[in-house]
Amino acid sequence: MPNSASEAPGGGADSAPEAVPDAAPEDGAEYGPEGRADDGAAYGAECGPEYDLAVIGAGPAGLAGAVTASELGLSVALLDASGQPGGQYYRHPSPALGATRPEALHHNWPAFAALLRRLAAAEVTHLAGHHVWTVVAAPDAAGSWDVHALTGANGDEDRPGRVRARAVLLATGAYERQLPFPGWTLPGVVGAGGAQAMLKSALALPGRRVVVAGSGPLLLAVAASLAAAGARVPAVVEASDYLGYARRPGALLSQPAKLAEAAVHGAALLRHGVRLRTRSAVTQVHGSDRVEAVTVSRLDRQWRPVRGSGRRIACDALAVGHGLVPQLELAVGLGCTTRRTVDGTHALELGPLQETSVPGIWAAGETGGVGGFQLAFTEGELAGLAIAARLRGRAVAGEGRRSPRVLRRRRARLRAFADAMAAVHAPGPGWPQWLDDATEVCRCEEVTAGRIREAVADYGARDARTVKLLTRAGMGWCQGRMCGAAVACLAAQAQGPRRAQGAQPEPSPERRPLAVPVRLGALAALDEPNSPGTAEPKPTER
Amino acid sequence: MPTRHSSDLLVIGAGVIGAACAYYAARRGLNVTVVDRGPVAGGTTGAGEGNLLVSDKGPGPELELAQLSTSLWHELSDALPREIEYEAKGGLVVASGTEDLAALRTFAARQAAAGVTAETVPGDRLGDLEPHLTPGLAGGVHYPQDAQVQPALAAAHLLRAAGGRVRLRLGEPVTGILTATDGRVRGVRTPSGDLHAPCVVNAAGAWGGELARLAGVLLPVRPRRGFVLVTEPLPRVVRRKVYSADYVADVASGSAALQTSAVVEGTPAGPVLIGASRERVGFDRTLSVEVLRRLAAQAVRLFPVLATVRALRTYAGFRPYLPDHLPAIGHDPRRPGLLHACGHEGAGIGLAPATGQIIAALAAGDEPPLDVRPFRPERFGDGAAC
Repeated sequence: MPNSASEAPGGGADSAPEAVPDAAPEDGAEYGPEGRADDGAAYGAECGPEYDLAVIGAGPAGLAGAVTASELGLSVALLDASGQPGGQYYRHPSPALGATRPEALHHNWPAFAALLRRLAAAEVTHLAGHHVWTVVAAPDAAGSWDVHALTGANGDEDRPGRVRARAVLLATGAYERQLPFPGWTLPGVVGAGGAQAMLKSALALPGRRVVVAGSGPLLLAVAASLAAAGARVPAVVEASDYLGYARRPGALLSQPAKLAEAAVHGAALLRHGVRLRTRSAVTQVHGSDRVEAVTVSRLDRQWRPVRGSGRRIACDALAVGHGLVPQLELAVGLGCTTRRTVDGTHALELGPLQETSVPGIWAAGETGGVGGFQLAFTEGELAGLAIAARLRGRAVAGEGRRSPRVLRRRRARLRAFADAMAAVHAPGPGWPQWLDDATEVCRCEEVTAGRIREAVADYGARDARTVKLLTRAGMGWCQGRMCGAAVACLAAQAQGPRRAQGAQPEPSPERRPLAVPVRLGALAALDEPNSPGTAEPKPTER
Repeated sequence: MPTRHSSDLLVIGAGVIGAACAYYAARRGLNVTVVDRGPVAGGTTGAGEGNLLVSDKGPGPELELAQLSTSLWHELSDALPREIEYEAKGGLVVASGTEDLAALRTFAARQAAAGVTAETVPGDRLGDLEPHLTPGLAGGVHYPQDAQVQPALAAAHLLRAAGGRVRLRLGEPVTGILTATDGRVRGVRTPSGDLHAPCVVNAAGAWGGELARLAGVLLPVRPRRGFVLVTEPLPRVVRRKVYSADYVADVASGSAALQTSAVVEGTPAGPVLIGASRERVGFDRTLSVEVLRRLAAQAVRLFPVLATVRALRTYAGFRPYLPDHLPAIGHDPRRPGLLHACGHEGAGIGLAPATGQIIAALAAGDEPPLDVRPFRPERFGDGAAC
């Protein structure tokens, strides 16, 4: 660690090893906001925590948590891979693009703008461009956590950094679930979320005639955004049946705002002449060098394609996605308990105040189960309150804020709504029938469905991990983020009906101890424990 | 439950050791059932680098086992599909200082006397063997007999090549060892029923101690944790298995504390693998930043070109450690009908075929191919009261 004595905050100027025992006070009194490091000196102390709280992820949940905790007197570091706050949801064009109205692409921009104003007023140390690769218990300071990050726009500069904090809030969000189908590797096939992100951040469209397909509420929003930005959207192809919502009226009626949002999307689609096809899926992409057309087939209740129902739709791009998967690498690495969600993903098991099963590690937003930005705001705020109460040793409600009780009620309503939606859009067990044996499932390592089925049937694989060992599926750049869901399903399905119950993932989520790739030079340059003087240049240098 | 034996041999553990036992037993005409609580290669095999090494072993029983295995792996590379990624790539052990080099050369001379091919390489010729190796090393020893396989694929293909005589029961934990009134083993209990066989092999690797306890005998197998760093795919920048001379001392150490000495090697699929750390911390998979730092620093010291290469993943595995660094192979006189084939520490992939051949011979009532007395499972105490 860069630990030149002058930067060490919180009175830890003496970074000699023998100073360690004294430098980790139990009550943390020294580490109030006054004791906070200045910007740029985030790395320093060899022993004591530099911050009360490290928040990972600057999307709605992380921002709400960081701002709330900071306003309640905690010293807070907010780490995020992106150059600007907002996360995936509030992705907006970089200032270089000179967009005059980024909010035009967003609903609910005012709530975000309000948070940004509070962030500016609060004394949160916003560490942008920080790619966190692991969080571990501090080896030499009991009760503290070390957040290890790489800095630089792409995390590719050899500058390891470490933030030590007394508590960590994981707000790492989610990524899009992809289910493969023949032709999905053709250029012009993009993630639905990716298409929206491209639009929000680069104001670019994936094509001029874009079919939107997959499953989940995101599809309508994506189609509406694309159409509004000038693309033709010949069809939105949704694998589930919206009638499913009608069977869960309670959870839905409790969220009139959400229904209104859906109605807005629906109206926008009608206006642009977009056709919604439910219980259908893109089962084949056509084209030699890039997408020229797709075949859309009707699905039965199990999501098996109905023979002879295929219909060709001409397009030059396909935006496809099957909902979101919580991003749990850091939490799993810490040993946090997970639970299975109704749509077959893994999410963190959280206590009533957002704490994970590992005391001192908290989570908010999609990490606890995909639920959207309002839930993320609510959980972030609740976590901020709870962490402040824990670290300050007293209740912090009042002070002109919403009480934890109010927040918890709101959270329960929003979670119920999210679960109802997830149940409607959960992949049916028959989806692997879209795949022929030649369909590439793992794109990084070019592993086909046939080879995965063979590994299961002939070579004794029973789970995605063994499939990976035997076929290399999931060993490439994306580390199985793209193909993991599909591989897990294929492994389970090939074992017969007992385990093949739809999009069942592994019994436990896959471990990815390196949340992002790390250069060996950066690893080698980490501090040796108890040996000051091997410091890296501090991040403000170079 | 059927009263007749359902197979001649019941192997507990579908790792590479269990697979080799099944393979050689089937070749002798025995009917084998392999039972594992997880998938094939779900334990230490799946976490291994696939080292088939003679270079790190001094003269003695383990080297003899390794030498037999080396020739068997060579045979297997013809008998099994090429997907097992067998590569007779050779090992290169390097020393940075003249003192290290002298010790390394003495060690190599003793190995050579025991039949190992060991060629000394002067410092200025190391670049011929490994062009990207850091300049300025004192010298090294080249071991052309060192080789590598992809361990999970090797285990899977051994089991498959064994043919119809081997039945796999995966996802079935063994919850008890069945014994007759005279104390003889007659099978195992699993949640889906009892499996009967006159011979049961403990090939449970790092969990072999627990299995021995189920059978009422003591076998002090303990996990010795190791981390492997895996890089992004690269063109061949590391040709052989390259490690520094202090690795041998680390392997031989009995300390529970952390030891790291980077073993660096390329793979046919492209990624470079970097091991090897050793520490006894139980079955704890929590990432150790300090281990990764040391491994990366040592690897970059050997191959400076790796500094800008990204590690894509890392994982921990648990070597089945026995206090004298020798495996337990053979009949357990304390529990007739029980054989052990575990405790190979970090050398299990390499030692698997010889172990399998020994177990198959013993199960068939024949003479084993080499003296198994150094590996006798009861050497750590009688464990009668265990």
